[in-house]
Amino acid sequence: MRGRTPRRAPRHTTGRVSRRWKAIAATALGAALVVSGCGGTDDGGDDASQVEVFSWWTGPGEADGLAAMKAEFEKKNPGTKFINAAIAGGSGTQAQAVLASRLQNRKPPDSFQGHAGAELLDYIKAGQIERLDSFFDQNGLRPAYPQQLLQQISYKGHLYSVPVNIHRSNMLWYNPKILDDAGIAGPPKTIAEFITALKAVKARTGKVPLSLGAQWTADHLLENVLLGSLGTDAYNALWKPGADWSSPAVRKALTDFAEIMKYTTAEAASTDWQGASKAVVDGKAAFNIMGDWAYGYFTGSAPNGLGKKVDTDFKYAAAPGTDGTYMWLSDSFTLPKGAPHRAGAIAWLKVAGSREGQDLFNPKKGSIPARTDGNKALYTGYLQYALGEWTKPGIKLAGSFWHGVNAGKKQHTDIDTAVGLFLQNKDVAKLQAALVEAAKNSGQ
Amino acid sequence: MARRWRRWLPGLLLVSPSIIAIGLFVYGLIFWNTRVAVSGKHDEITPYGFDKGRNFVDLWSQPSWPGAVQNALVFTVAFVGGALALGAFLAFLMDKGIRAEASLRAIYLFPMAVSFIASGVVWRWLMNPAPPQRAVGLNQLFGKVGLDALANSWWQHPTWGMAAMALPAIWQMSGYVMALYLAGFRAVPEELREAARVDGASEWKVYRHVVFPRLRPVTLSALIILGHISLKVFDLIMAISGKQIITYVPAVATYVEIFDRHDPANGATIATYLLLAVALLVVPYLVWSVRAERTR
Repeated sequence: MRGRTPRRAPRHTTGRVSRRWKAIAATALGAALVVSGCGGTDDGGDDASQVEVFSWWTGPGEADGLAAMKAEFEKKNPGTKFINAAIAGGSGTQAQAVLASRLQNRKPPDSFQGHAGAELLDYIKAGQIERLDSFFDQNGLRPAYPQQLLQQISYKGHLYSVPVNIHRSNMLWYNPKILDDAGIAGPPKTIAEFITALKAVKARTGKVPLSLGAQWTADHLLENVLLGSLGTDAYNALWKPGADWSSPAVRKALTDFAEIMKYTTAEAASTDWQGASKAVVDGKAAFNIMGDWAYGYFTGSAPNGLGKKVDTDFKYAAAPGTDGTYMWLSDSFTLPKGAPHRAGAIAWLKVAGSREGQDLFNPKKGSIPARTDGNKALYTGYLQYALGEWTKPGIKLAGSFWHGVNAGKKQHTDIDTAVGLFLQNKDVAKLQAALVEAAKNSGQ
Repeated sequence: MARRWRRWLPGLLLVSPSIIAIGLFVYGLIFWNTRVAVSGKHDEITPYGFDKGRNFVDLWSQPSWPGAVQNALVFTVAFVGGALALGAFLAFLMDKGIRAEASLRAIYLFPMAVSFIASGVVWRWLMNPAPPQRAVGLNQLFGKVGLDALANSWWQHPTWGMAAMALPAIWQMSGYVMALYLAGFRAVPEELREAARVDGASEWKVYRHVVFPRLRPVTLSALIILGHISLKVFDLIMAISGKQIITYVPAVATYVEIFDRHDPANGATIATYLLLAVALLVVPYLVWSVRAERTR
């Protein structure tokens, strides 16, 4: 690029031309001032002329769900133009890079998507998003959500985002035929049973006991083993300030994790989560632990799904030792400070938090509404089971650290690094030391 | 008076946009990067401040960093060595005058036109370390032709994995090295070779004592070009392995620190180290080539 230079007007031109240049320059400068004047000084207090909604919902299913919510929004707010500012890329990596620069330049969208919970901490601490306590009160949203959920997404007692959907992390997918061949009666209920089952699969069939993908799926497995081994309360306590990661109980859980890792796929690092989950329905692996988005991938039709049948090709259960607990993750929407069309944003959040909006979005996305009063008739197959679990009295909620609920971005990356190093050195003591360090540096 | 400025002003005007652009977007950004590297800005909210270069020391106690440096070194040695050797060998064969040289030259050069991101996807599949019953790619090929012993874990080998990661890069760049060497071979005057032959030198000795010594500048250029590509390698790694620790290299670490960990100061520190490492290669080369030009 170095050689390329913009064309400039030669200096020795006649007076007439240079005057014209001056006029153009003055017009451009004036226009720039007008534009910046519009965006800069006014915080758009009650501007409802439009709403720019920033998300990474571009994939199959989720894009349809967003379109359905957009239609609902336009029906309810005929005067407000809906601008869909979605950026492609799984779990929003690219979108978040774009968002960070927009927020730093004080050019926020009117509302942006974020995983509910600690993933929003950086924005909260930087003062980039508004508190939504009064929004929840005015719209009667508090009783509509599970109280444990609201507690777990609050920062210092305040709410900052409106959850739209819920996915479940602690799901075990298994191949019933391989379990039969290995002489395993049913899905393992505890971590100990799980390890016994993995041994049986390895000894009696030539199949992969537990299929695993690239490094992050090991992080996903780790959170499930931690939850299954420690129990819900101890797991939730790990993410409070000053949590004790050096305890013997954590050591036990990590030792279990190390044991389980011995039964995983050799080529894990060159497989993504789809490949790892697919191994179960293809009869190549007995078990896989992955979030419930795997269900949509298994049962959907080509090209985005595998067209497999539940009960014959695969079955599911809560991950070992986690029955009765819903390890959740959620997409939510926020209200950035200085949103150019604040009234439009509030109108959008009302739709995102409404029963109708969530019932339009979730069946298409393959998730369940975060509210407890969703229309049960709309959710069939696995989603019926998931909604039943979500609203079951006495269910305990735990946040998924890998999917943004419990860990801020530093701790999240540091745990990922610790797990990546563990995959190479298999040293449980080093892993635990690194997790202790990650918690200490989390700044939470 | 007027004549004198007429001589240099148009030239200056012509180059000044690029001087300004390079000053701003290359040197200005290098300055800004260094500024962030010596700051204490480890998240978005902390003001920049000044950290006396502590980041440059602290980085070495980060658990993932020594591995990233080691990976980059293994990759560099394998890639630069491999591409130089293969490129020189191909050029040597070409120089011996084979049929259809022009089309072969094009075939060897073609891989360079493919981006690392695209070829990486294919190599990710080729270098899959699955055991025989699930083997795909190269391992499957080895199994089919009875060379099971050659099947291996490729880039997932704990110590030498990065050497396997260099294979796609060697495949891609050796044609280019071949072109450089071929030009070098052709620049050796036929009279010199003739003279050596008249003196009774064998064909090997002609190469050993007459041709090879005259290839040193070519080798040096190739070394510099490959070396700086190698140190900055990012797209190939991201396409084949992503951000996994097993193939962590400094350029990937920069990305992770800035965009995943939200730590601008650490990211800038790594970027500065990368710049220094490349400068270590390029600056002596520039000095040397400027001197060579002056003496000419």
